[in-house]
Amino acid sequence: MKRHLVSAADLSRDDAVLILDTAEELARLADRPVKKLPTLRGRTVVNLFFEDSTRTRISFEAAAKRLSADVINFSAKGSSVSKGESLKDTALTLQAMGADAVVIRHHASGAPHRLARSEWLSGSVVNAGDGTHEHPTQALLDAFTLRRRLVGTGLRGAGADLAGRRVTVVGDILHSRVARSGVRLLHTLGAEVTLVAPPTLIPVGVGSWPCAVSYDLDAVLPKSDAVMMLRVQRERMNAAFFPTEREYSRRYGLNGDRMARMPEHAVVMHPGPMNRGMEITAEVADSPRCTAVEQVTNGVSIRMAVLYLLLGGASPDSASTVPAATTAPALPEENQ
Amino acid sequence: MTTGKTLIRGARPLGADPVDVLLADGRIAAVGTDPTGPDASGAEIVEANGAVLLPGLVDLHTHLREPGREDSETVLTGTRAAARGGFTAVHAMANTFPVADTAGVVEQVWRLGRSSGYCDVQPVGAVTVGLEGKQLAELGAMHESAAGVRVFSDDGKCVDDAVIMRRALEYVKAFDGVIAQHAQEPRLTEGAQMNEGTVSAELGLGGWPAVAEESIIARDVLLAAHVDSRVHICHLSTAGSVEIVRWAKSKGWRVTAEVTPHHLLFTDELVRSYDPVYKVNPPLRTERDVRALREALADGTIDCVATDHAPHPHEDKDCEWPAAAMGMVGLETALSVVQHTMVDTGLLDWAGVAERMSHRPAEIGRLTGHGRPVAPGEPANLVLFDPDHRAVVDPASFASRSRNTPYREMELPGRVRYTFLRGRATVVEGEPA
Ligand SMILES: [Zn+2]
Repeated sequence: MKRHLVSAADLSRDDAVLILDTAEELARLADRPVKKLPTLRGRTVVNLFFEDSTRTRISFEAAAKRLSADVINFSAKGSSVSKGESLKDTALTLQAMGADAVVIRHHASGAPHRLARSEWLSGSVVNAGDGTHEHPTQALLDAFTLRRRLVGTGLRGAGADLAGRRVTVVGDILHSRVARSGVRLLHTLGAEVTLVAPPTLIPVGVGSWPCAVSYDLDAVLPKSDAVMMLRVQRERMNAAFFPTEREYSRRYGLNGDRMARMPEHAVVMHPGPMNRGMEITAEVADSPRCTAVEQVTNGVSIRMAVLYLLLGGASPDSASTVPAATTAPALPEENQ
Repeated sequence: MTTGKTLIRGARPLGADPVDVLLADGRIAAVGTDPTGPDASGAEIVEANGAVLLPGLVDLHTHLREPGREDSETVLTGTRAAARGGFTAVHAMANTFPVADTAGVVEQVWRLGRSSGYCDVQPVGAVTVGLEGKQLAELGAMHESAAGVRVFSDDGKCVDDAVIMRRALEYVKAFDGVIAQHAQEPRLTEGAQMNEGTVSAELGLGGWPAVAEESIIARDVLLAAHVDSRVHICHLSTAGSVEIVRWAKSKGWRVTAEVTPHHLLFTDELVRSYDPVYKVNPPLRTERDVRALREALADGTIDCVATDHAPHPHEDKDCEWPAAAMGMVGLETALSVVQHTMVDTGLLDWAGVAERMSHRPAEIGRLTGHGRPVAPGEPANLVLFDPDHRAVVDPASFASRSRNTPYREMELPGRVRYTFLRGRATVVEGEPA
């Protein structure tokens, strides 16, 4: 693995499978009474968030704490940070504080890339979502969820990729970092990806992506092993990306009828937060085929695996051999 | 070096066979195989050793930043950079603070240029008040001022209102002016960060589509034809724009166009680094566009090279891409880049370079003292350029106050050895004098 995780393109197939296998090992921890490993004791993980995302931040925070890392949350949003120089100044500050890993969420595409390639920081950079560019840990947790559902959990899934699985990604591809990372990673893992959206929400230049594109959701559903619904912001209609919410959900939303046309084994995924009534109906969101809640749980395991592999450097097997005898408090008390 | 006499020995005018050139009293006194004798007595001798002698370069598109952004450039530092790049005249763009939209501001810039002494500064006047695109600036007053403005531009912004553009084109006919358009349809480029295409799709950066440039150019050549006026296209950057200009010229319409050195060389693949040194407006385009621009400059569809020299302080580029300022410095590397992209590729000879970097831009700007032939009696505005020299670009050596060059650490051919402004050496062996 490389020192940073900025793009899903940083991961080879073997890197990605290793992360999924490691996450599978670490997921077993969740079943123990004490959900904590001493692996990253004494290491400092900084959550540097230039953009609000409580969900992603607490997921990384829980992951780092379960590995016994010291966690510093640095919210740069709302301060005098609109001008770019602060990224550099903030990075220099974190460097001075001895950050071993910086988990960065930024509204500017490429900010984690800049951070990783700059001389400002010596620690690892983990991209927790940059602008409309990438969100690689989301792609990893989605792949993890898919593997568990379509291949199997624990040893049944170990070492497996997603070869031949057909994944359909539906929604605002143009503005979606989840889609960009997802297409790259799923392709690396051998899946066949189809993007579905109104043409206005597909980027010009999509032709070079390793996936198919369709404007017709109904045609693609019967051939999908998984359908990933992306959040669509209602405000997009004000910029004429689509005429009305109603027309969007009629043409591209997932409802019960459409779900019924998916193969029986196929799952519905959503990175959250869901816009019920827009891209997904309550009926679908609350059905057992929808993995949205599992994705959140899996997110912690995946982020543990990423931090573990970037910072721990040890072989993944040691995760299971580490004694669980630690006096650290269990998760609920930590979530401050 | 005095302003008296200079004898340049063994220079190749426009790349032709070596001759000696005698400069006296601000003019070219003699050109020949042996113009020595009594006339040359007491002259400073410059051994050209076969270097190419070109008419002093003329830039139609320079941002000198003064008044208002003296932290990035001043008229003095900018003209020293210009001289170091072989320029003897530059057109200073109007997007200063305050905007050069009155006779007072253009005269101020013009005077600063005169007192710098390194390069003639021809101010460009704003087309509209405050570059806001709403109300015509006092174009006539700027023309009648000491600055004698003939080129008007809202550069940095597009004159996007069709009626304002039409009126501006019509109005400047009274004094043979020209409107230099920064062709960028504003609605199509909201949030634009880079060329829209395969790279922007991957990088998740807002796209600046070629059609946003081409649609404005198409409209403006039609407007210029309709009112029989002159329009000049700034920093033309796409293959489609080339086709439109070629078509307009085939009709005999009075349209001219410029291309920047960076658009002749670089593509949007460089943006993959997210290094804002490559952030520029219009953005770097594709390989296909670069090829079309080079061909168009070679066949004359594009009239000239203009630098769009855009200095920015370090902090405006030392940040994440979307927060960074747009623009690159270019005066000190322009001739080398043109040699690299056009001469060394066989697309242009040195006479062609003189045409596109001196004669044509002077003609478009109606500068009578520049862009003249290398011949006796002409003003001694000259650049002595050694095309055989090769060096790695070192921004620390720049005379410009800013260092935002995309050529950093690149090896480029050629070196300006001497620049002469009316017989006075403003550059001696590569350094401002
Ligand atoms: Zn411009």
